[in-house]
Amino acid sequence: MPAPVLAVASLHKSFADLRAVDGVSFVVAPGEIVGLVGPNGAGKTTTINMVLGVLQPTSGTVTIDGLDVAKNRSAALARTNFAAVYAPLPGNLTVEQNLRVFGMVYAVPNLAKRIDELLVDYQLERFRKTKSGLLSSGEQTRLGLAKAMLNRPRLLLLDEPTASIDPSSARDIRAGIKAFVEAGHGGVLWTSHNMYEVQEMCHRVLFLSRGKIVLEGDPKTLPEAHGAASLDDLFVTVAHENLHEGAAP
Amino acid sequence: MNLTRVGAIVLRQFYLMRGSPARVFPLFAWIAIDIVLWGFITRYLNSVAHTGFDFVPALLGAVLLWNFLTRVMQGVTLAFFEDVWSRNFLNFFATPLRISEYLAGLVVTGVVTSLLGLAVMLLLAFAAFGLSFAAYGLAMAPFLFVLFLSGIALGVFGSALVLRLGPASEWLIWPIPTLVSPFAGVFYPIGVLPYWMQAVSKALPPSYVFEGMRAITAGEPAPWATLAWGGLLAVGYVGLACWTFAAVYRKAIRSGLIARYSAESVA
Repeated sequence: MPAPVLAVASLHKSFADLRAVDGVSFVVAPGEIVGLVGPNGAGKTTTINMVLGVLQPTSGTVTIDGLDVAKNRSAALARTNFAAVYAPLPGNLTVEQNLRVFGMVYAVPNLAKRIDELLVDYQLERFRKTKSGLLSSGEQTRLGLAKAMLNRPRLLLLDEPTASIDPSSARDIRAGIKAFVEAGHGGVLWTSHNMYEVQEMCHRVLFLSRGKIVLEGDPKTLPEAHGAASLDDLFVTVAHENLHEGAAP
Repeated sequence: MNLTRVGAIVLRQFYLMRGSPARVFPLFAWIAIDIVLWGFITRYLNSVAHTGFDFVPALLGAVLLWNFLTRVMQGVTLAFFEDVWSRNFLNFFATPLRISEYLAGLVVTGVVTSLLGLAVMLLLAFAAFGLSFAAYGLAMAPFLFVLFLSGIALGVFGSALVLRLGPASEWLIWPIPTLVSPFAGVFYPIGVLPYWMQAVSKALPPSYVFEGMRAITAGEPAPWATLAWGGLLAVGYVGLACWTFAAVYRKAIRSGLIARYSAESVA
C-alpha cells in the first residue's frame, strides 16, 4: 500500500471544557477521495484547520506526505492546498493577481503558464482582469478551486467546494477533481453536506459526530449495510443518535 | 527564507497601491502638509527671533526626520492591515509561508513606501524652504538608518498588538508615534525634560538621532558613539518586536484565533 498523503493520528482539540475533536485517526491514500461528513459543530472544520496548521492540536499528529505538520510546517503545507467557502481570496485583487500572489507563495514553477491553464480549466479567462470581489459566489468558488490547484497539491482539502455553484458548474468541478485524482496527483479530503455528491465522488466516507468518527466505509455500500435507504437517511440517523446520546439526562 | 514568498507579500501590496489612489495619496499628502506647515512656522520664527539661530534645520529637519520614522512604521502596519481588512489570514497562514517571510514582506513594503515619502519630503523641504541635507552627505545615512529600524520595530510591534487584540484595536496603533515623540526629544534637547522622562528617552533610539542632529546643526562633532548605542538599541527592538509577533502568532494558532480572527477572540 502506498504511503498516505495524509495521516491523522489520535487527534484531540479541546477549547476549555469542550472537546471539539476527540481522538480522530484516519488516512487519505494517494488517488483517494475521502469524505468528511457530519452535522454542524461535529468538528469537521476544526479537523481541517489542524491539518492546515492554523490550529494547534491539544494532542495527536498530522502528517502530510510523510512530513509532520508540527515539525515541518512549511514543507508539509507546500504539498497541500485548500478551498473553503469561508476563506474567499482578497476581493480587492483581480483574478490574475490573486493567482500570481498565491502561486508565488506556493513557489509554483512556470507560474504564468500555470495561471493560463487554470483560467481555462475553471472558465475564468474573461475574468482575468476582474477584481475577485466583483465575481458571483459561484465564480469566486471556481477561483478558490483554481487557487487550490496552483501547486498540484499532494493533499487537497475541500470544504464544501460546490456549495454555492449551479448544478452544471458543480458537475464540471467534480469532473475536474476526479481527473486530478485519477491523474495520480494526490488525495482529497472533502467535506460536504451534499450526500449525493459524497456518494458520487468519495471512495470512503467518515461520519464525524461530537468530535469522534462514529462510522466509516464506502459511501455506496454503507447505507445498505446499516439498513438505511440512502446516505442522506444514514446521515440523519447517525446525527440524531449521537445528538441524543450526548443530550443531558 | 524563501525570497519568492517574500516577493509575493510585496507584490500584493504593489497591486493594491497601483490600483488605488486612496492608498497612494496618503504616502505624500500628510507629509507635504506637515512640511508646508512647519516650513512657514520656522520661517516666521526666524523673522521674529533675531537671535541668529536658524530654526529651519532645527525644527523643519526634525519634522522631516520624525515623519520618516512615522512613515516606516505606517508602511509596515498598513501592509498588515490589508490582510486584516480583507480577512486574508487563513489564506496566507495555511500555506508554506513562514512568519519570518511574512514579516520580511511587510518590512520591504514599509521600506519602499517610506523611501518614496522621504524623497517627496526632501524635495519639498528644499524647493520651498531651502532645507537641504545634501551638505551632510553620507553622514545622514546612520541617522536615517536608526530611525528606519525604530519605525520597523514600532510597525511590527503594532501589528502584533492588533493580531493579539483583534481588528478593533487598530485605533491603538496610529497614535504610537505621537506618544513616543515627547520622550524622543524631536523638537527640544532631552536635557529640558524631567528626570523620569529623560530615563525613558535613554531607552528610545530616536532620541539619540535627534540629539545627534542638534549637535551637528550647532556645529559640534557628530556623537557617533551614542548614535551607535542608539543603533544597537534599535536592532534589539526590531528583534524583540519580531519575537513578540511570532509569540502572538503561536498563541493565535494554539487558541484558534487565526482561523476565526473576525470574531476578535475565541472566548
